[in-house]
Amino acid sequence: MSDHEYTPNSKFGKWFNDRLPLLTLANHLTDYPTPKNLNYWWTFGGILTFCLITQIVTGLVLAMHYIAHADMAFSSVEHIMRDVNYGWLLRYVHANGASMFFLAVYIHIFRSLFYGSYKSPREIIWILGIIIYLLMMAAAFMGYVLPWGQMSFWGATVITNLFSAIPLVGESITTWLWGGYSVDNPTLTRFFTLHYLIPFLILGLVVLHIWALHVPGNNNPVGIDIKKPSKDTVPFHPYIVIKDAFALLMFCIVFALFVFYQPNILGHADNYIEADPLVTPAHIVPEWYLLPFYAILRSVPDKLMGVVAMLSAILILAALPWLDTSKVRSAVFRPLFRQFYWILVADVLILGYVGAMPAEGLYLLIARVATAYYFAHFLIILPVLGWKEKTTPLPLSITEPVLGGSPNLAAARSDEKIEKTIK
Amino acid sequence: MRKLKNIFFVLIFSVIVINSSNSAEKSHPFLETKWTFKGLFGKFDRSSLQRGYQVYTEVCASCHSMKYLTYRNLAEKGGPEFSEAEAKAIAASFEVTDGPDSTGEMFVRPAKLSDKFVMPYANEQEAKAANGGAYPPDMSVLVKARKGGADYIYSLLLGYSEPPEGVELDDGVYYNKYMYGNKIKMPAPLSDDLIEYTDGTKATAEQMSKDVTNFLMWSAEPHLEQRHKTGFRVIAYLIILTVLVYFTMKKIWSRVEPKV
Repeated sequence: MSDHEYTPNSKFGKWFNDRLPLLTLANHLTDYPTPKNLNYWWTFGGILTFCLITQIVTGLVLAMHYIAHADMAFSSVEHIMRDVNYGWLLRYVHANGASMFFLAVYIHIFRSLFYGSYKSPREIIWILGIIIYLLMMAAAFMGYVLPWGQMSFWGATVITNLFSAIPLVGESITTWLWGGYSVDNPTLTRFFTLHYLIPFLILGLVVLHIWALHVPGNNNPVGIDIKKPSKDTVPFHPYIVIKDAFALLMFCIVFALFVFYQPNILGHADNYIEADPLVTPAHIVPEWYLLPFYAILRSVPDKLMGVVAMLSAILILAALPWLDTSKVRSAVFRPLFRQFYWILVADVLILGYVGAMPAEGLYLLIARVATAYYFAHFLIILPVLGWKEKTTPLPLSITEPVLGGSPNLAAARSDEKIEKTIK
Repeated sequence: MRKLKNIFFVLIFSVIVINSSNSAEKSHPFLETKWTFKGLFGKFDRSSLQRGYQVYTEVCASCHSMKYLTYRNLAEKGGPEFSEAEAKAIAASFEVTDGPDSTGEMFVRPAKLSDKFVMPYANEQEAKAANGGAYPPDMSVLVKARKGGADYIYSLLLGYSEPPEGVELDDGVYYNKYMYGNKIKMPAPLSDDLIEYTDGTKATAEQMSKDVTNFLMWSAEPHLEQRHKTGFRVIAYLIILTVLVYFTMKKIWSRVEPKV
């Protein structure tokens, strides 16, 4: 890193900083050289940090009023909605906040996929991200169980039952998870505890994620290595801070539209019916952000293999830096990869759609084809592409012309511009 | 590239179309009526809420509980807004068991503002036994617990008819075209002039259905008006701040040369 030696101005500052270099850290964070061509897809890192803090703060207050007991959970949520001051606001922010969190994380992940941010030297950042994503799913799933509505109960039943597919020890593990022989009060209390714990684990991992990011510095839309600091970079503060703030505000407007005007549209009506172990809902569906994986799970006829497929679908991402054999990072210079990238996006959206539909007939067929394609993308297409694809020439730097080509600027804000310059 | 993007959007579009046409096939489109609580500034129609309470208490309450509501809610802002005296009188017309008193005995007293709505049955089993095995659901959050919300409830109340040919109904089962599976154990609850509105409004089935649905919407979302009001302010504030931050950003980034 290019950190110059930092010395605080004041005597006390120097005394303090010699003992705990907090000021050096603050200085590093403000001066941190950032590529100046980062587009708005790069603002989602900051947005995600905001989402995490929002979830922790609202969750903390909700936990003061919530009662983790099978007989009281549902009515304590109604108590929050009716009698706690601004309880409705807290709960709707927290519930919709989970959806917004996932929306942002999916954009963040797909940005990484497009610009090759997972490639050397950023593999550790990427793997930390996958772990955060896994923990997010666990936290979201357990959080959804807490209101103890019908979908909470039956969703928990379906998902925890997946563990029973493990050979030999499956049944014992499921019983251990439940704290009994079915989803019941012990399950609820442990889910509540874990739901409270996981966000802090995520917070710790986020610190590592950012730390690991600050070693090589940000990737950028052109995907080339740049000198830091140089004409290609700007200090994080105020340039990136203000840009992140602008994007965050736009994001908050969308967030607020959900919270204040459609607070229940992303949820399931059945979850306003109190959990009843004797009545199974007609369709048990997870929250929208888990649907693609639910589709993969159901597309495999064998229970154990379905669970394996679902887990592999997530874990395969961790191997991505080594599955993608191309040396070129950004999809901007990879014409073939770019097409397959959009097919993958469509594939995941299709999986999400069929995940919400009953697993039968045409839907099941589509789910199977889409699942097969999902794995083919990572296991076949990406490795082969790296060897076969003819990439377009890379610019020398963000500000310098492409191979002495156009006298104008070579690098650009958006892909379109880069494409045009190349042509 | 562009072609591919087009294909991509056509795909998404068709998925949405298929999805919406699919769901339209399965059930009848809901009856249309104007709800005052919808939209950016949506508010409840106060007199409709008061009439709705009357329908609830005179008709629905004989089978359906509303266990999350308290009598004080009837006088609270954003609801039917009965005066405190009216709400007290409403509460006093119900009896609740309280206790134990200083001698250890339970006793019956008139309900107070702080009491929850009195339930028609002592427990779920009694409710089922009295209703041919079907449990009349608690109506506190019913609107939110049904797909289609207020439109669904309104349509269901008016959706009773003779079964079409070929549909056999058991005793105590009725045909309703909006009900999931079209079979419902609740007989048509509302008919013209079933009750007499205290404010003199003509009690047609449509009117009562609308009023009681309004009331149920309020009971499911008692802070809806406050939510809309706060929401408008929050979003207006955010938009202004976003514009300011946008120009600040432009100013700050204008220092960066060369432009990217």
